[in-house]
Amino acid sequence: MPTKRTLAAFAAAAALGLPTFAAAQEYTIGVSIPAATHGWTGGVNFHAQQAKERLESLYPEISITITTASDPGGQANDLEDLVSQRNIDALVVLPFESGPLTDPVRRVKDAGVFVTVVDRGLEQEGIEDLYVAGNNHELGRVSGEYIREQLDGQGDIVVLRGIPTVIDDERVQGFQEAIEGSEINILDMQHANWNRDDGFEVMQDFLARFDRIDAVWAQDDDIAIGVIEAVRQAGREDELFIVGGAGMKDIIRRVMEGDRLVPVDVLYPPAMIATAMDLTVQHFVSNGPVVGQYILGSPLITQENAEQYYFPDSPF
Amino acid sequence: MNNAVPDNKSLTQSRVSVDLKTWGPFIALLALAMLGVLINPAFLGLDNLSNMLTRSAFIGIIAIGATFVITAGGLDLSVGSMAAFIAGVMIILMNSLVEQFGPGLTTILLGIGASLLLGLCAGFINGMVTTKGKIEAFIVTLGTMGIYRSLVTYLADGGTLSLDWGVRDIYRPVYYGHLMGIPIPVLVFLMVAVAGYILLNHTRFGRYCFAIGSNEKVAEYSAIHVDRIKTMTYMLQGVCVALATIIYVPRLGSASGATGVLWELEAIAAVIIGGTVLKGGHGRIWGTVVGAIMLTMIGNILNLTDAISNYLNGTVQGIIIIVAVYLQRASWRKSAP
Repeated sequence: MPTKRTLAAFAAAAALGLPTFAAAQEYTIGVSIPAATHGWTGGVNFHAQQAKERLESLYPEISITITTASDPGGQANDLEDLVSQRNIDALVVLPFESGPLTDPVRRVKDAGVFVTVVDRGLEQEGIEDLYVAGNNHELGRVSGEYIREQLDGQGDIVVLRGIPTVIDDERVQGFQEAIEGSEINILDMQHANWNRDDGFEVMQDFLARFDRIDAVWAQDDDIAIGVIEAVRQAGREDELFIVGGAGMKDIIRRVMEGDRLVPVDVLYPPAMIATAMDLTVQHFVSNGPVVGQYILGSPLITQENAEQYYFPDSPF
Repeated sequence: MNNAVPDNKSLTQSRVSVDLKTWGPFIALLALAMLGVLINPAFLGLDNLSNMLTRSAFIGIIAIGATFVITAGGLDLSVGSMAAFIAGVMIILMNSLVEQFGPGLTTILLGIGASLLLGLCAGFINGMVTTKGKIEAFIVTLGTMGIYRSLVTYLADGGTLSLDWGVRDIYRPVYYGHLMGIPIPVLVFLMVAVAGYILLNHTRFGRYCFAIGSNEKVAEYSAIHVDRIKTMTYMLQGVCVALATIIYVPRLGSASGATGVLWELEAIAAVIIGGTVLKGGHGRIWGTVVGAIMLTMIGNILNLTDAISNYLNGTVQGIIIIVAVYLQRASWRKSAP
């Protein structure tokens, strides 16, 4: 009787297997991130992969599954699959957009999964166990303070904004607060959509329009790359300096080398996904509690400390 | 409406009244330029004009290829991702050639050669699948658009491909250099436009494009090799994309998944603004050139003013595009044959 035999084998396996299973409990962690469609998310993918390899070799009882989605709908599907197919114990999610993913993440939470949300917060409070994020407001403030200090509180600057989103608004707000009360005059702000080509074109037009620019706040390293080329083309490298943001390796290298045009950068690291994965694993392996919020600082990267933020192998 | 005859004849027919179909794009361009001057006198600065024309060269060159495809009744949505893909392969190739040949002219010429070859092949694939596979061009090129876009993302590992600094310094003049005071990309744009004009309006190949776009069946019965001619238009488009990429790469020396996004729509818009009919049978190279310059000019003017909220840039662009096309199509146009 094949059925009986299978059943018996099953019972034996269960009797033998279960105790060992209980002794060395295994945990599956699902990581859901946006696909690498631009530089920063490329960095997120790279660092997630690195963290997966490192954590899995460090903790044999942990296994990590990474899924990437190219739109919010696809990410919602990924979350369902992670719960139903992988039976995850914890979820690390960098939501594509806050709104559409709030409910899918809540359903994961309702299934009894430990939830870590990264970078983009959900629209409802109290769903996630752990929130790991960079600080956009702080990024703006640090950039603003640096420019204010360098210009001795007065001068004409231009601002290149990102894609019109909450992230962009928070950064600009932080920046404006930092220069408030000084005699720093923002000549104009235009959206360059965190894109090199747009950064190049907007900066070309700024240079054609304004005879004197003391500093450029590019807000983002991709934009900064475009700005650098436009400034070089106009031959106005000596007149101004550029402050980007994020921590792209090309820009960090310039800072390390002491480039006068790009003296500093402000950190908003894609490696924050690794921070989130580390902390989530600690929830299972450490006796210290891992709940609450973990907000990364946005330190100023200068020539002195640039080396610790330089990842030559990262695609970003 | 759709005159299958090249435009020099229709021009002689209606010389008395202003032929808005021909001159509409030029008038719109002039009006837009005047608006630019009113908004900010810096618009007329030599630097600004040269920046703007140089910038329009990418879309312009691609749009000249698109004029052929559209005139012959086809459509190519893959040009933006094709440009990104070609740029990516070019950068990888040149970076790896540096070890062998050093960052010299050989490396760059091989990169350029590879770019042209890739463009030709990519166009050939689009053309063959459309004609021999009998699949709508929209679907075929939508497919290849996704393929090239994901391939460049894969090649770049999701990040950005950067050209070797040594090569970049030598290659740089192709975008930033001048010849007789004219930026090199503008010269290339002009040369492609002249070649395109001759090809479309003064050769048998051009006449076949008009004929196929007007009525494919009739063209076939007239012993025109429809499939061959159509495939050739896609190959021409591929070469134009390759040329645009060759002058694009030295600008920022990088390519990523975000390179060339929506270029296909800008190119098609430039073609239509210029007076070519989307359903085929009627093409105008100089109109396309004007259309491409206009599209760039709108963005440029918007950057030169802070009177309009940044969030509304897309609205302004949309209105100007529609008005420009309306002006040359409107039924009140007296010169309608």
